[in-house]
Amino acid sequence: MWDYTDKVMDHFKHPRNVGAIPDADGTGQVGSLVCGDALRLTIKVNKQTDVIEDAKFETFGCASAIASSSILTEMVKGKTIEQASKITNQDIANALGSLPAEKMHCSVMGMEALDAAVKSYRQGGKPVIFEQEAEKMVCKCFNVSEEAIIKAIRTNHLTTVEDVTHFTKAGGACGQCKGEIQKILDKVNGACELPQTAPKTYPQMTLVEKIKAIENVLEEDVRPKLNMDGGSVELVDLAGNTVKVRLIGMCSGCAGARGTLKNLIEKALQDKLSSNLTVEQAQ
Amino acid sequence: MTQVVYLDNNATTSCAPEVVQAMLPYFSEQYANASSMHTFGGENRHVIEAARRTVADFIGAQYEDELIFTSCASESDNTAIFSAVRANRTKKHIITSAVEHPAVLEPFRYLQTQGYRVDYIGVDELGRFNMQQFKQVLDADTALVSVMWANSETGTIFPIPEIAQLAHEKGALFHTDAVQAVGKIPVDVQKAGVDMLSLSAHKFHGPKGIGALYVKRGTRFLPYLMGGHQEKHRRAGTENVPYIVGIAKAAELAKKRLADGTSQRIAALRDTLEQGILKTIPDVKVNGDPAHRVPNTTNLSFGYIEGESILMYLNDFGICASSGSACTSGSLEPSHVLRAMKVPFQFAHGSIRFSLSDQTTPADIDLVLKELPPIIARLREISPFARLA
Repeated sequence: MWDYTDKVMDHFKHPRNVGAIPDADGTGQVGSLVCGDALRLTIKVNKQTDVIEDAKFETFGCASAIASSSILTEMVKGKTIEQASKITNQDIANALGSLPAEKMHCSVMGMEALDAAVKSYRQGGKPVIFEQEAEKMVCKCFNVSEEAIIKAIRTNHLTTVEDVTHFTKAGGACGQCKGEIQKILDKVNGACELPQTAPKTYPQMTLVEKIKAIENVLEEDVRPKLNMDGGSVELVDLAGNTVKVRLIGMCSGCAGARGTLKNLIEKALQDKLSSNLTVEQAQ
Repeated sequence: MTQVVYLDNNATTSCAPEVVQAMLPYFSEQYANASSMHTFGGENRHVIEAARRTVADFIGAQYEDELIFTSCASESDNTAIFSAVRANRTKKHIITSAVEHPAVLEPFRYLQTQGYRVDYIGVDELGRFNMQQFKQVLDADTALVSVMWANSETGTIFPIPEIAQLAHEKGALFHTDAVQAVGKIPVDVQKAGVDMLSLSAHKFHGPKGIGALYVKRGTRFLPYLMGGHQEKHRRAGTENVPYIVGIAKAAELAKKRLADGTSQRIAALRDTLEQGILKTIPDVKVNGDPAHRVPNTTNLSFGYIEGESILMYLNDFGICASSGSACTSGSLEPSHVLRAMKVPFQFAHGSIRFSLSDQTTPADIDLVLKELPPIIARLREISPFARLA
């Protein structure tokens, strides 16, 4: 059972302004039967003052979808087109007290229908279906565009893919677009992308980079194998192309130590970094 | 809270007062560990074994030691599936249906990530098992076939004996999740020829938190919960004596109900509800196979409106039901069962399941028939699609 506020229940049980305005000056539509929720918003606008004089809705959806649509019609009435176009989904959710996180997309649907209705009015009243001509669909299950996701992220300060799903439904069905949503999040929230440059070859590296690279090979390729025999290895020194290491644990004093040094460690370093490298046992 | 009209018995049932009474002494009076080396504990050992006989008898098991008590049917399902694949390591193919409970589907999806070939057998628009597809994919490499006995959402009953026989012909093990069948229709593991069967007490007026797994003698089995000798080393964990007493009492009562015509009475009430709704409300569709359905379930789709909204209005009258709509679940898509049945979207989102029990009265049904039509009409007034229909 969802935790709906009294306000949500009130607007669900007693929806205001249900229906469609004949000869509306703006008609905005969003969603579809496939998505599971849809909203059709019609507005009557005073052409002299740009004030919205009437608004009506028809909604297919759950209790919070109906409540969001109902309160939206109350919110836009008396506002100018300019003022109304500034209403965000957060404003709708706030007007309802709050919405469960999983239901925030209902408030987003309200904002989108309003966007479309305003656009419709500005274009002379021809009905506009939200995002039908959007350029890039990210979520193909619910037809959510990159534009809509970016807007939801900015308006609501979203930080995770789960947030984006709760607010826009994107990624909520097959989940294939979750990677793309993460990329959009990174872009919008300014996560810095490392410049893509070709990795340096071993001879180009600074001394510190060389040591880190050697340590990396030891950790990834060498230690797991030695660990299986109860041993390990540590990097002691780097002198020119000579890598000095110390075998520890079961490997120290092992009769096969020389074989380990040459066949395992030296071979790994030569394969991964440079064929000029040799490995020696540290004193 | 107003008077409750409880029509959500596939979700859970009330625990029968007789069951509660039977369980009570085993909390603070006869509380001993059944594995202890004293008479106080030993008495509970006998109590458990008597309960095992009752439940084994209820599902027609030949030997009582074929029954393992678990904490729930989800545990039974997981145990059966992982045992089957681990005990038959050379085979790398497993089969289930597309409409199973998540306790079966999720382990199958996991095994798929571990390199198993998995086939999910589809259903037709009535929710009937696609036998043709099943025969085509079944082969000598199939380790396990796991197919539910009755569907929780639509009540559709699958032809378990036939599926089990085909599985055995190819040398595969057969498991069935019979959670929605046990207590509602006669279930006989020997006649059906199943190797493993999962059941849950709270679906037939027993307590929540106890289930059982039937494992036919001779079936290769590896435990899921390790770390104890209990249940003959097949399921670790101190025996839950009060709940084991509870499931046995519930089984005893359910067995009586199956014999005394209660099922027929429930089916008649269900049919009155279904027919009444179809007669008074336009654009309603029955989901499921009316010819092969458990007696207590009807799943109806109300076109052009959304299930959660219907449930919330029903809730005002204390009427409890459930929906396969996206909005009522954690996910955003409507029920996987309805989608597998290819129920059109304008109907899938508006599905409501009514599941009755022996405690349902004609007055309950009358109340739904009285209150539902105005609710549907009101929601369709708001919907932009109803006008287009």
